[in-house]
Amino acid sequence: MSEIKIAKTLDAKNLSCPLPILKTKKAIADIEIGEFLEVLSTDPGSVADFKAWTNSTGHELADQSAENGIFRYIIKKTK
Amino acid sequence: MSEKKKKLAIIASKADIPGAYPPLILASTAAAMDYEVGIFFTFFGLNMLKKNKLNKLKVTPAGETAMPMPIPQIVGMLPGMTDVATAMMKSWMKGANVAKLQELMDLSIEAGVKLIACQMTMDVMKIKRKHLIDECEVGGAAAMLEFASDADITLYI
Repeated sequence: MSEIKIAKTLDAKNLSCPLPILKTKKAIADIEIGEFLEVLSTDPGSVADFKAWTNSTGHELADQSAENGIFRYIIKKTK
Repeated sequence: MSEKKKKLAIIASKADIPGAYPPLILASTAAAMDYEVGIFFTFFGLNMLKKNKLNKLKVTPAGETAMPMPIPQIVGMLPGMTDVATAMMKSWMKGANVAKLQELMDLSIEAGVKLIACQMTMDVMKIKRKHLIDECEVGGAAAMLEFASDADITLYI
């Protein structure tokens, strides 16, 4: 896989459900199709929520990881 | 978009704090998931559409046996206890960085969620159109059912 270049980072740390998803929806509008959005969250529920949100919207969850209580999602805008 | 959007229809019948959050959380989230969303506000739920009302909604400890307050149930009925419980709940929510109701409503409106005020409730409670926010429309049971008839999810809250 080619190296992922982040077009925008959304810091959603310390926000409770559903704000990380709502802010992600807004943030993805700011990037172009094919670009990547990075989202940082401290909400453990976000793991299931980002899977559901990308499934539902059709954007691609290109990568995810968790470190020191911070969940990191890389989403590729597909449309 | 080629495929048909999913659709969520909600009937919001309560407007204490625990009753007001679920409709707005689900509506704003569904809109963020590209659903078409409509909320029908009826009975006490209509209070959520009143101007400058959302952040003044309360919660009463009377009869709320699951609310973690260190008082006997009977004390919850004393004057002032509703304000105490409301302040406690708001501080818990602030501590957990939960969005304010007004913020969720604003995001729902921005995302195009359809807000329908129940005409019959307006008549019963003597609420005029001018008391409600501009973004809602007024309708009755038929308007709600017509919207919900092809919804993928319908919730009564």
